[in-house]
Amino acid sequence: MALIQKLAAVVGQQNVFSAPEARYAYSYDATFRRRQPDVVVRPANMEEVAGVLRLAWETQTPVVPRGAGTGLSGGSVPVQGGIVLDLTRMNRILEINTADLLAVVEPGVVTDDFARAVAEKGFFFPPDPSSSKSSTIGGNLAENAGGSRAFKYGVIRDYTLGLEVVLADGRVIRTGGRTIKNVSGYDLTRLFVGSEGTLGVITQAILRFIPPPEATRTLLTFFPRLDDAARTVSAIIARGITPAALEFMDDQSIRVVEEYLHLGLPLDVEALLLVEVDGPAAVLAQQIAEIAALCREMGSREVQVASTAKEAENLWRARKAISPAVARIKPTKISEDATVPRSRIPEMVRHLKEIAAKYDLQIVIFGHAGDGNLHPNIMCDEQDVGEMRRVEQAVAEIFQAALELGGTLSGEHGIGFLKAPFMPWEHGENGLWAMRSIKQALDPRGILNPGKIFPPTQQVNNKVPGTDY
Amino acid sequence: MDPLPEELYLRCVHCGMCVRNCPTFQETGLEMDSPRGRVQLLRGLSRGELAATPGLFRTAWDCLDCRACEAACPSGVRPGLLVEEARDRLKRFEKRRGVGIFLQELAMRFLFPYPGRLELAGRLLRFYQRSGLRTAVRRLGVLRLFPPAVREMERILPEIPARTARAILADAKANGEGEKHGKRAGDGRTAGLFLGCVTDVFFAGINLATTRILERHGFRVAAPAGQCCCGALHLHNGSREQAKQLARRNIDAFLAAGVDHVVTNAGGCGAALLEYPELLAGHPVYADRAREFSRKVIDIAQLLDQTGFLPPRGSFPRRVTYQASCHLKNVMGVADAPKRLLRQVPELTLLAMPDEARCCGSAGIYNLTHPEMAEALLRRKMADLPPGTEVVATGNPGCLVQLMHGAEKYGPPVQVKHVVEILDEAYAAGERK
Repeated sequence: MALIQKLAAVVGQQNVFSAPEARYAYSYDATFRRRQPDVVVRPANMEEVAGVLRLAWETQTPVVPRGAGTGLSGGSVPVQGGIVLDLTRMNRILEINTADLLAVVEPGVVTDDFARAVAEKGFFFPPDPSSSKSSTIGGNLAENAGGSRAFKYGVIRDYTLGLEVVLADGRVIRTGGRTIKNVSGYDLTRLFVGSEGTLGVITQAILRFIPPPEATRTLLTFFPRLDDAARTVSAIIARGITPAALEFMDDQSIRVVEEYLHLGLPLDVEALLLVEVDGPAAVLAQQIAEIAALCREMGSREVQVASTAKEAENLWRARKAISPAVARIKPTKISEDATVPRSRIPEMVRHLKEIAAKYDLQIVIFGHAGDGNLHPNIMCDEQDVGEMRRVEQAVAEIFQAALELGGTLSGEHGIGFLKAPFMPWEHGENGLWAMRSIKQALDPRGILNPGKIFPPTQQVNNKVPGTDY
Repeated sequence: MDPLPEELYLRCVHCGMCVRNCPTFQETGLEMDSPRGRVQLLRGLSRGELAATPGLFRTAWDCLDCRACEAACPSGVRPGLLVEEARDRLKRFEKRRGVGIFLQELAMRFLFPYPGRLELAGRLLRFYQRSGLRTAVRRLGVLRLFPPAVREMERILPEIPARTARAILADAKANGEGEKHGKRAGDGRTAGLFLGCVTDVFFAGINLATTRILERHGFRVAAPAGQCCCGALHLHNGSREQAKQLARRNIDAFLAAGVDHVVTNAGGCGAALLEYPELLAGHPVYADRAREFSRKVIDIAQLLDQTGFLPPRGSFPRRVTYQASCHLKNVMGVADAPKRLLRQVPELTLLAMPDEARCCGSAGIYNLTHPEMAEALLRRKMADLPPGTEVVATGNPGCLVQLMHGAEKYGPPVQVKHVVEILDEAYAAGERK
């Protein structure tokens, strides 16, 4: 293929991969659908990214930017084949500026590596998606990733001051800048964050960070009744306390973790609540006592407060063990992130349980109670065609329920192609028209991550050859 | 060969949590060189979606089998096992030809399993090293006729001791020695020492030091004569059937000897012994015997740490850092015990090594089969040694050789010792006092 030779001229032969095993290895992310690219390209810098995009633009070849491939919505799966643009060679932290509290990084920097580098300078970068050990800043920006600290600290868009972006035709723009205040023109930074690689390729980001909290305290408690847990969350927040983490687990998740680790978790409760507060040490003791009292008042059982880091780690064990525990039950795990207003969590949980019963599926529910971001995980087997059909129906009903409660399809995983069909439900024709207009303006040839975000339209996209599994 | 056990790769939900733990992925950044990539590609092979190609051969054979990924996997996937099972099926794509690969196969089949032959080979090597033959061979450039792997091996071979621990311990037993034990930690329990194959030829001193330390702790030490190579190299090589035969011999030898513990001082061997039940699963007789055997397997550092370590009175006044053997840590689960022991040695300063569990590139015979990747990992490892390090301590002879090689080739000029050698020196120093 002539294109492959031209790509090699841009990034070097050793950074272009089109052998069967390479195409297979870049056909998936952390979702269960896969599709092979025609070629994998690993550029080293912005100029090479621009060169690749110019070639793709000329030949109308799909380009799918990819970080670590840990996404949960299929964002980096090349559903129409074409070029996978692996950005992990661009992994330099170019600057950490402690006077302006900002850093300049390339998209391939691993999230944890960046957070650690900032911590070594005595500061704090809060976004912590659960894949942060592997995920990249570029991927986090593309999907606008959140994490357990989002309620208090926000998500990665709240830490993004500016971007360098290569547009579909290879032109390069810089958005935002190095200041917190910046109202100069349209906020393109926020447009590109969360655009899932459909509008441009981020090649550099200016990220802000903050001073770290002085101390952290952790509390774990169980509620025989789900509604009491929800009322407690609201009560804590109404007291003016903003926990750094407010994690919730339902009875099913408690059961699977208990069966896995035998931690001695109670099996006759409807909810587990893990609360973490951080801030000045002097304030925390009083805050945690206040939260403990509230929990008891609202009908909780067994309030455990950690006084050391080690004890805190123990309290987190149940929450952190959900994924491995769940993985032992069935081979396929569909992790959703439908999000509702905080006060509607109990209703949403009840809906989810009804849906599980209706479609005879096992669904464990956990998530971030502070921001209403629930993670119903459907346990299934991708080999079981009948079950997968029921899963599909259940997923549709989950989205419907979330939207009816005033929520959204996705709190932090992104739309990708798995949720794309449901976009009209949330945004309506006009909302989608506005989004399509932006897409059309920036990528008129539709080469950037095609098949993502937007529901498949009347006209079927031209498929590039590639094997579909 | 049977297709790979489906549920093992199905359990992989390709979340990607493992990739950064993988030393080869750290080097290349390629998905094909990551645990997730390997599992997925072998899935493709198993399902017939991918043909067996040289690319797949590379994926399976470039894995260090260090098992660091298994510790990171939330779902309990076993990339190491999947890779081992696939290797046999992909062997025909082996590109290396001639003397190197021939010698390797020969050694696997006809040398490692037979302690007698190994001892003889050791004597020949010792003769080669000491008679002036080596100097002559090197001067004449005869080695240039051999492939790089053999040249490398020749270069990094340590000085062979005069006798193996197997021979020395057998003599001691015949003379009625080796029964000095009091009422201490071991309390007269029998520690069956696993000697290893190559270890005992090259590093008899480690086995002898282990024996002395066990006796100091009140263990009765036995080295059952019927024991042989653990089979780890065969497993890494995809030769599971050969490994099973060796496993049965070892199980028979140690169970017949009625030992309380099977004590290992090589992480690679210990890990293989520990996993005999998996290797022999389903065997009508040996499945149960393997479990009984495996329950007794314990690393020397762990045994001392658990049963009440008696710190030496003598000192080891050096700055020491600890390199964790991959299999010792990732499979046997021995992470902190060796460091706890070292900290109790008077005047020994233990320096923390960053990322101490990252593979040094030794990985069985990986350093011979994949010199490029192994050297890259070794260079990083040597660069990671904390400033001021005088001695690198480790718990596996393979790492020992690799690190010695690293000290010579890249520096700094550190000494490399097994943890038991350091302890043994400190005990000896205490007695001289």
